[in-house]
Amino acid sequence: MLYRLSRFLRDHYVIWQNLLTWGGKKKEKPGNGQQFSNTIKSLPHFSVSPLSSSFKFQLTPQALLSLCLLGAEFTRSSMARNKEKLVLLLDVGPSMHSVLPEVEKVCSMLVEKKLIFRKNDEVGVVVFGTEETNNDLTKEVGGYDHIVVLEDIKVVDGDLIDTLQKLPRGTVDGDFLDAIVVGMDMLIKKYKDIHKGKKRLCLITNAVHPIKDSLEGTKEDQVETIAAQMTAQGMKMESVVVRGRLSQDANKRIMDENDRLLSIFSKQTLTRTVYVDSPTSLLGALKTRRITPVTVFRGDLELSPDMKIKVWVYKRTQEEKFPTLKKYSEKAPQTNKFATHQVKVDYEYKTVDGASKVVPPEQRIKGYRYGPQVVPISAAEWDAVKFKPEKGVKLLGFTDASNIMRHYYMKDVYLFIAEPGNTRAILSVSAIARAMKEMNKVAILRCVWRQGQQNVVLGVLTPNISQNDKLPDSFYFNVLPFIEDVREYQFPSFNSFPVSWQPNEQQQKAADELVQMLNLAPSGKEEALLPDYTPNPVLERFYRHLELKSKQPDAAVPPLDGTLKRITEPDPELFFENKSVIDALRKHFELKENPKLKKSARRLLREKPSGSNDEDGDADVSDAQAVNSIEKALVVKIEKIGDLTPVQDFEVILSRRDSPEWVGKAIKEMRDKILGLLSDSHEGDNHLIAVECIAALRKGCILEQEPEPYNNFLRYLNLYCQQKGMSNFWQLLASRKLTLVSKSEAADSDVTDNEARRFFVKTEPKPKD
Amino acid sequence: MDLDPEDVFKDEEDGSDNEFFQQSASSKEYVVYLVDASPKMFNTTCPGKDQKDETHFHLAVSCIAESLKTQIISRSYDEVAICFFNTREKKNLQDLNGVFVFNVAEREHLDRPTARLIKEFDCLQESFMREIGSQYGIVPGSRENSLYNALWVAQALLRKGSIKTADKRILLLTNEDDPFGGLLGAAKADMTRTSLQRAKDAQDLGISIELLPLSCPDEEFNVKVFYADLLGLDGEDLVQFMPSAGQKLEDMKDQLRKRMFTRRIIRRITFDITNGLSIQLNTYALIRPAVPGAITWLDSVTNLPLKIERSLICEDTGALIQEPPKRFQPYRNENVKFSMDEISEMKGISTGCLRLLGFKPLSCLKDYHNLRPSTFVYPSDQEVVGSTCIFIALYRSMLRLKRFAVAFYGSSSHPQLVALVAQDEVAKAGVQIEPPGINMIYLPYSDDIRDVEEIFPDTDDDAPRADEDQIQKAAALIKRIDMRDFSVSQFANPALQRHYAVLQALALEEDDIPETIDETLPDEEGLARPAVVKAIEEFKLSVYGDNYDEERDFLGKGKVGEASRKRKTIVENAVKESANYDWADLAENGQLKDLTVAALKTYLSAHNLPVTGKKEALISRILTRMGK
Repeated sequence: MLYRLSRFLRDHYVIWQNLLTWGGKKKEKPGNGQQFSNTIKSLPHFSVSPLSSSFKFQLTPQALLSLCLLGAEFTRSSMARNKEKLVLLLDVGPSMHSVLPEVEKVCSMLVEKKLIFRKNDEVGVVVFGTEETNNDLTKEVGGYDHIVVLEDIKVVDGDLIDTLQKLPRGTVDGDFLDAIVVGMDMLIKKYKDIHKGKKRLCLITNAVHPIKDSLEGTKEDQVETIAAQMTAQGMKMESVVVRGRLSQDANKRIMDENDRLLSIFSKQTLTRTVYVDSPTSLLGALKTRRITPVTVFRGDLELSPDMKIKVWVYKRTQEEKFPTLKKYSEKAPQTNKFATHQVKVDYEYKTVDGASKVVPPEQRIKGYRYGPQVVPISAAEWDAVKFKPEKGVKLLGFTDASNIMRHYYMKDVYLFIAEPGNTRAILSVSAIARAMKEMNKVAILRCVWRQGQQNVVLGVLTPNISQNDKLPDSFYFNVLPFIEDVREYQFPSFNSFPVSWQPNEQQQKAADELVQMLNLAPSGKEEALLPDYTPNPVLERFYRHLELKSKQPDAAVPPLDGTLKRITEPDPELFFENKSVIDALRKHFELKENPKLKKSARRLLREKPSGSNDEDGDADVSDAQAVNSIEKALVVKIEKIGDLTPVQDFEVILSRRDSPEWVGKAIKEMRDKILGLLSDSHEGDNHLIAVECIAALRKGCILEQEPEPYNNFLRYLNLYCQQKGMSNFWQLLASRKLTLVSKSEAADSDVTDNEARRFFVKTEPKPKD
Repeated sequence: MDLDPEDVFKDEEDGSDNEFFQQSASSKEYVVYLVDASPKMFNTTCPGKDQKDETHFHLAVSCIAESLKTQIISRSYDEVAICFFNTREKKNLQDLNGVFVFNVAEREHLDRPTARLIKEFDCLQESFMREIGSQYGIVPGSRENSLYNALWVAQALLRKGSIKTADKRILLLTNEDDPFGGLLGAAKADMTRTSLQRAKDAQDLGISIELLPLSCPDEEFNVKVFYADLLGLDGEDLVQFMPSAGQKLEDMKDQLRKRMFTRRIIRRITFDITNGLSIQLNTYALIRPAVPGAITWLDSVTNLPLKIERSLICEDTGALIQEPPKRFQPYRNENVKFSMDEISEMKGISTGCLRLLGFKPLSCLKDYHNLRPSTFVYPSDQEVVGSTCIFIALYRSMLRLKRFAVAFYGSSSHPQLVALVAQDEVAKAGVQIEPPGINMIYLPYSDDIRDVEEIFPDTDDDAPRADEDQIQKAAALIKRIDMRDFSVSQFANPALQRHYAVLQALALEEDDIPETIDETLPDEEGLARPAVVKAIEEFKLSVYGDNYDEERDFLGKGKVGEASRKRKTIVENAVKESANYDWADLAENGQLKDLTVAALKTYLSAHNLPVTGKKEALISRILTRMGK
C-alpha cells in the first residue's frame, strides 16, 4: 500500500516536472513539487519533507487511514466512467470578434446539452487574446500573458451558460499554443493522470496570428513535445479553425505556419481539426452532444466458412430526434412543492360491444392483419413458428459498385471496423478495402446482428480508406431493400415527351450555367453545407428557446437567425454573385398557371401584393418576410376593400381560398370601389387611385381567368365616361393600356387580340361640348 | 402548404410518420382484371427458362396471382375482381354470355383480397377447363359480343364507391389484337362501334381502361388494329404501348407485373429554384421498408377486436386530464414548459416547399450521408405549365456535369437538407428498370453523424496497413466471389415471407405451415468450388500467416484483449474449482445451502450464468440449470 502510494505520487511528480520543463518554452519553475507537497500537507496527520526531488513519508496510523480514503476517492471518481472533462479554449482576440456571437451560441449549446444529457460532465473555460491575464501558470512560472481562466473546471451548471453567453471581447492577438498549455495544466492539476481518454481540450481560434518563438528549439519541436505530453496524459483535442470569408486578409505565411503546427497535433494525438469558413459551419463543427458509441455487433465477418475476420460494428449516422418532452400536469396545487407534475398515460382495452368491458391483459391476444381478416396468434404460437435466423455476418459476394445505385440506401449507416488491437484483422480489412477501392467493387452482406433478431438485414459494404495514419481502414455498411420494399412504378421517358416540353438549346445552356455556377463546393474553399458541419436548425432553435424560457417562462420562440437561415434558404451572396445566370434562366423559361385547372386547386404562382416592394428581390431575405406578410394578412381575414389600401385588400381577398365565393366578391367590391372613387372625385383627384384599382382588377381577373367581369365593367366605364364627360380619365386608362382582356390572356374571353388593341381607338369618347 | 398540427407530432406519438411508411385507407383503388380466356390464350406459348414453354393464359394468371399476394401485404384496402371472358360457362350478375367472374366464399365480387381468394386462385389453372372452359365468344352469325359483355360486367362491378375517393381501373389482358377479325362487313362494323361506345361510357364514368397486351413470338401485338381506338390512344402514347415481339417470358412477366401497379403520388411539392421561379413536382415513395402489418389486439374469448382507450392521469393527484397537456423539459432545476403551439412553431422552419440552395459534384455525397429511404421526384405540368421543361433541363445538366443539387425540404415533420441526384433511365429488354427522374436523398445534420475519432480506440502507433501483396491476394479473392448479375432487391425478405406464410396458413385454418426458403443465405456450393477455396486460402495465408489462432492472437497491446482474456481466465478457474464438487449429488441431497456463496459462484461462472443476487437466488439458478 505504502509503496503503491509513493509510486503514485512520484509518477505524478515526474510528469508534472516534465510538463513544466518542456522544450525551452517553459521557464525554470521555482520550488518544484510544491503543488504536491501542498496537497499532501493538507491531509491531516501527514507530513512531507521535500528532500531533493523525492519524498519521504512519515506515517501515523491515522495517516494510513486517510491514505486509504484518498485511494478510495480516486477509485470512485475513476469508476464514474464516461464523464467527460472538458476545457474550452476560446480565442477572443480582435480578429475573432465577428464570429464570437456564434462561438457563444455553440458553447452555450454544448453546456446546455450537457445539463440535460450528461449532468456529471465537468467543464472549464479559458479565453485568450484578452487585455488581462489570470491563470495559474502565470502566477507560478510567469509568462502566459493575455490568457484568462474564466471558469475553473467544475461540474456543469447554469451559471456556466451565462458566462459563455457573455464572452469578453479581447484586445490583443492571442497565442493559441499558450492557451493549450494552460488548458492542459488545468486538466493535469485537477485529474492527475487518471481519466485517460476522457479529458478533452476544445480550441476555437482563427489561428491567423503567430505564436511566440520558443527559447530553445523550433516551434515544431515545441508542438511535438506538447503533443507527446497530451498523448501521455490521454487527452484529446478538438480544434475548430475559423477561416475563409471569416478571417479577412490575414498573413498567408503565418496561417500556413499555424496550419502546419496544428497538423502536428492531428498526426500525433487524437485531435480532430476542422476548418470552417462560415458561421453556420462553426455552429455544426463542434459536436455539442457526445454520445458514447456502442457496438451493434461484435464477431466474425464470414467471407467463407473457413475465412473469418473479427469485426466490430458501430452506427456511423443516427438521427438525433427532437427531444421527447414529458407531459405536464397542472392539477397539483401551486403550494405543493414536491409535485412531480408528471402525467401517466393509461391504456385500457375494452370490448367493442355495448358493454365496453375492460379486458384483462391475460385475456388479450395479438391479431395480425391479412387482407380483411385479423388472424389471432398467441405469443407462444408465434415463437414456435416465426423466422429465427442465426446470429452472424456473412458475405454473399462482391459486385461492381455501379450495380448499387445510391438511392437504394435505406437507413442510417453503419461502420465496420476490425477488432481493435487485432493486427491481423486490421490487415485483412485493410487489404480487402483497398482491393475493393482499386477494383471499384462493393460487397453484399447478410447480417443478423444479435441472437433472437427476427429478421435479416441485407446490405452493401463499401470501402472507407483512412486518410489519417492513426486510424485503420474500415467499411461503411448501408442497408439495401428487399423485393417487397420496392415499388416498381414505370415513368414515361423524358425523350417521349412532346417537343414543347423539351428544353431547347438556349434553355439547356442556361440550366448548365446554373448547375455550374451555383457552386457550393468551389475549389480552394471549404465546402458549404457539408452535412458533417451543418447543425439541425430545429434542434438549435429548441435549445435556444429552452434557455430563454428558463429565464423568462413566456419567452416567444426565437426566429431563425441569419446563421441558421443559411441552411433553410439560399445564400444571398452566392445568388447575388450569379445574378446574371439566374436572370438568364428566368428569361429563358416561362412558367404559367394551367388555365384549365379549377381555381380552387390553384395555389402556386400566387403573385405578391404590389405593396411589397421586392421586384428584384431574388436572393433577398425579405422574400421570406414577404411570404410571411401574405400569411399574416390572411390571418387577419380581410373581407372588405377599405379606403386606405384598396389594391392590397383586393389582392388579399382574391387570394383567399377558404371559400370559392371570394373571387366573385373581390371583383364586385372592387368594381363598386372604383365607381365610388370616380363619383366622389373632385377635379380628378381620385383618378390616379382609380386607375391603379382598375389595373389591379385587370391583373386579378387575368390571374383568376375571369375575363368577363372586367370586360363588361370596362365597357360600362366607357359609357360612364362618355356620359360624365371624363375623357381625360379615359385617356389615362388608354395610356396605361388597360384594355379589354383578350383571348390570349384568358381563354374564356370572347375578345380577339386585335379587338382589344383597337378598343381605345374605336371608343375614344368625343369631348362633349 | 399548411402545417398539419397532427403531422408535427407524428414522430413522437407513434414512432414513424404515416406518409412515409403506410398506406392510408383514403386513397383506395378498385381494379377489375379482365382476362381473355379464348383458345388463342391457351394455344400460344412463349419460351420460358429450361425449354419449358408457358401459355399466355398461364402467364396472365400467374402474374395476377403474384400481384394479389403483393396487394394483400402492402395495399390491402384496395379491392379487386377477377373476370374472365371468352369462357364456355357464364357467371355474372347481368347473366351475359361468355363472361365468368371468379370469386370465393365470404367475399363480394369486388372486394379486398382474402387468403382464400389467393389460395383458390392459385389452384384455378387445374380446374379451369373443367369448371369455366374456354370458348371464343365472337363468331360469325351470332350476335354475341364477349368483349362488349366483359366491359359491361366490369363497369357494373366498378359501380361501387365514389370516383372521388377511389381510383377505378380495368386491366385487360389479351393476346388478340383484332377481336372482330373473324367477322365481315356490317356485323364487324357494328360490333366494333358498340364495343368502342361501351369503353367510352366506362371512361366517361371515370374508369380507366388499361391494356396489357401479350405478344406472340412470331407476330407482334398490333395496338393500332383495334385497341388504340378503344383506349383513346394516339401518336406519342402509342409508342409506349408497343411490346416487342418474341420477348422472353421473364421479361414479359416483369413488364406485366410492373404495369399492374399504378403510381401513387405521396405529395405534390413546389420546388423553388430562385425567387419567382417555382415549379411543381410530384413525389413518389419507390422504396420503403415493408413491415408486417400493425398488430390489432383481440379478445381471446371472442376473437373480436378491442378498442384501446387512452387516458392521461396526473401522477400527483390522480385526476384525469382532459385537455391536451403542455410538455416540459427539466432544465436548470426547474420544469420548462412548452405549449403544443410553441413546439409546432419551433419545428415549422420553412413553408413546406423545396428550396434550391446550390450544386455540388457527386463526389461530395459520401456513403455515410444517409438516414432514410430516398424519395423519387418527377415533374408535373398539371398546375404550372413549364415545370417539366425546366426540370428536364436541370436534370440533363446535372447528369452531364455529374453534379447534384442541395436543397432544403421544409416538410413539417422532418425539415431537412436533401441531395437531389439525377437518375438516368435504365431499361433492359424493353422493361424499365430505373425510371428517369431525380432521387431525393435525405442528408444527415452534424448532430446525426457520429465521430469516427470517438469510435476508434486511442493508440500511440500508426494503424497497420495492408501491403501490396495482401491487396493483390484480396483482389484475386474478390474476382473469385463475384456476383456479376447482382441487382438490388433480387431477394425476398425471409422474415416477411415467413410471416405471411404463417398468416395465410392460419387464416385458412390449415395445419401445416409451408416451408419458406431463405434466399439470403450465402451460396455454400459456390464457395466450396476449388478455385474459390484456393483464393481464400491464399488470402488467409497472406494476412493471417501460418499459425493464426483467431481467438487469441492479439499482437497489439489492446486493453480489450486483456479484458476478454481476464474474463476467460475467470471462467477457466471456475471450471477447475467447480470440478471439486459433486453438484448433482449436492443438489439431490439439498446440501447446496451448506456451500459458501463463493463456491456456488464457481458453478455459475463455469456454466456462464449470472453470479448476482442472494444465496437463495444463486441456489435456485443452479437448480434450474440442472433441470430440477
